[in-house]
Amino acid sequence: MGRTTVGRTAEQTAEQAVTYRQALHDTLRAEMLRDEDVLLLGEEIGVFEGSYKITAGLLDEFGPRRVRDTPICEEGFVGAAIGAAMLGLRPVVEIMTINFSLLAIDQIVNHAAKMRAMFGGQVSVPMVIRTPGGGGQQLAATHSQNLEVFYAHVPGLKVVAPSTPADAKGLLASAVRDDDPVLFLENLALYNTKGVVPGGDHIVRIGTAAVAKEGSDLTLVAYSRAAVIAHDVARRLEDEGVSAEVIDLRSLRPLDRATVCASARKTGRAIVLEDDWLSYGIGAEIAATIAEGAFDYLDAPVRRVAAAEVPLPYAKPLELAALPDAAALTRVIREVLEATRFVPRRVPSSQG
Amino acid sequence: MVANTPGPASSPEPGPAHGARSDVGAVRPPGASEDAEVLRGYYRQMALIRAFELRSAEMYARAKIGGYCHLNLGEEATVVGLMAALRPSDYLFAGYRVHGYALARGAEPGRVMAELFGRVTGMSGGRGGSMHLFDAGLRLLGGYGIVGGQLPPATGAALAIAYRGAPGPDSEAVMCLLGDGTTNIGAFHEALNLAAVWRLPIVYAIVNNQLGMGTPVEAASGEPELFRRGCSYRIPGERVDGNDVLAVRDAALALMESAREEHRPGLLEAVSYRIRGHSVVDPARYRSAEETQRVRDLDPLPAFRARLIEGGVLDQETAARIDDETERTVTAAIEFADTSPPPPVDTLFDGVYATPVPNVFTGLPGDPPPDGQTTVTTLGES
Ligand SMILES: Cc1ncc(C[n+]2csc(CCOP(=O)(O)OP(=O)(O)O)c2C)c(N)n1
Ligand SMILES: [Mg+2]
Repeated sequence: MGRTTVGRTAEQTAEQAVTYRQALHDTLRAEMLRDEDVLLLGEEIGVFEGSYKITAGLLDEFGPRRVRDTPICEEGFVGAAIGAAMLGLRPVVEIMTINFSLLAIDQIVNHAAKMRAMFGGQVSVPMVIRTPGGGGQQLAATHSQNLEVFYAHVPGLKVVAPSTPADAKGLLASAVRDDDPVLFLENLALYNTKGVVPGGDHIVRIGTAAVAKEGSDLTLVAYSRAAVIAHDVARRLEDEGVSAEVIDLRSLRPLDRATVCASARKTGRAIVLEDDWLSYGIGAEIAATIAEGAFDYLDAPVRRVAAAEVPLPYAKPLELAALPDAAALTRVIREVLEATRFVPRRVPSSQG
Repeated sequence: MVANTPGPASSPEPGPAHGARSDVGAVRPPGASEDAEVLRGYYRQMALIRAFELRSAEMYARAKIGGYCHLNLGEEATVVGLMAALRPSDYLFAGYRVHGYALARGAEPGRVMAELFGRVTGMSGGRGGSMHLFDAGLRLLGGYGIVGGQLPPATGAALAIAYRGAPGPDSEAVMCLLGDGTTNIGAFHEALNLAAVWRLPIVYAIVNNQLGMGTPVEAASGEPELFRRGCSYRIPGERVDGNDVLAVRDAALALMESAREEHRPGLLEAVSYRIRGHSVVDPARYRSAEETQRVRDLDPLPAFRARLIEGGVLDQETAARIDDETERTVTAAIEFADTSPPPPVDTLFDGVYATPVPNVFTGLPGDPPPDGQTTVTTLGES
């Protein structure tokens, strides 16, 4: 704001394929340039340039006033961000991984989420908590969790979980400009994925799902990393004459029930792919949503492909077995198609 | 070493300002009363940890080890000194930088390496990995990957000891390890306060390797003289040269003794240095070349070796033989790990609960929950 846009590069104005990491970085930078009230707080985000290098270069560009390295004290700095937001700043907090957000959950759930309603609408908390979830990197039980449902459960919070660089940009811009606390879920496995990002000011409305791929035979519902897998699987199924629709939730709270139900009503079959645990997970909410909104249209029960219900083991074979993947999703898709006597539209050309 | 009393800390040996310790790595002859065999034993343990960690880094590069892997390189004197102050009956809680402590506590190097490899013969059955070593027999009650996570449970272990027995020379006690950066997490302060008001037999040992990831102590801690942080809880604190294995041991012994005999908590700060990056994948670019060289110069292993040779406790030949033996031990550990199988996939759900419980869902991803309907019986011909 008011300051010259140092080194503002072309990638922000023209459409271009960038990584999810780059999209986050560029958007943070753009929002900081746009609004002086935006500041970054978190562990190792400055000198160390972020555990996953999202904030690389920002300390150099914006200085320690706006890019603040914190001690290791999640409850303290998340709470401090809440207080700063009460006075109108727009802090963007990085929590190294969602696992460590548990140390701050009191501030997030009991404070950030409550203040506006509990104080009669007199104050708002315009802050963002960016944090990656995800397993599959052999980081073992405490460092591999997908705990977004803890936050998606709580009224007063918004929870978004983009799966593409474009949505990462659009949702992060929305989150920073939003007047309520937003938990912005990233994923370790997505940082290096690439995608086309619209240039200029790109906004994705919080609370809207995307039809990532249209289809007519079954609906795959997913978010974050799982949405990428669902999309890949759906593309492969095309070759077998199966037309799958992919709903990328993008926003877990508020949840775009209308888009989910419309798709389920259209296809009559729905499967959720989720990285969290099965019981009480995001998929449970989706299944209930579909039962409430599309029951009469269903040809089969909604199925869920989720993580095995164990503290995730370190040993690679166990970790692989415990996490949902494309193979598990494909197997369940086949089961559902078979159980509903689905006849593929055309015979796959590659097989005899 | 500085005793810490409430109010302005008194400094009998006022150490130089933080980060400028001139005594670190100094070569002093061991006290006359030291048993030569014990001293050689410390050297052997330090050399073993050094060799183990260097080979661990190599195994990580060869993708035998995955996930996070934090090494004790540069902290060997602190590790061995602290462990030398424990009895087998004492309990140990650690952070995630824990390989060296397990080794010095007496864990089979093969079982430590097997855990890093994720094998069923590992200390935690291959389920915990590098950060999560555990051995009930050694009373090593875990390495913990969440910063500060170990502090309240360690305090609770001390509560159990105090609950069951009176203070005295035979009392058990707890040592809880933590890093310098970990003193900034709320759990540190809550744990110390509990230990103070309940008078618990526990020593909190801060391994000040001067960095928490890329953050120097002064940048993160309002009171960078970390041993003083016990003040607020009237817990006596001491700072010791962490590159001096005997000084570490003696300071730890004294605090463990008051923990045992009076059920008084203590706080020890051992100042050492992390030779490499935060974990094996961190190139530590935030550290200048001079700084890196300074650290190398302070390396406690050659310093202790020289000190022992100077004191006539060790000759070059014996030192070389010990180094050889530790190399062979680590090679054998790697072989053991590499030839051990990973845990079988059908044991995935083992150990989640202590006793059998009805209705636990043990499906793999995509398996329907029990009673889940997967066939469609009402479907008409279509
Ligand atoms: C609650 C929590 N926050 C952040 C992290 C990430 N993290 C792992 S180690 C570490 C630095 C700890 O530094 P220190 O206590 O000095 O121990 P050292 O690594 O130097 O042994 C951080 C921030 C974590 N594991 N847990
Ligand atoms: Mg440290």
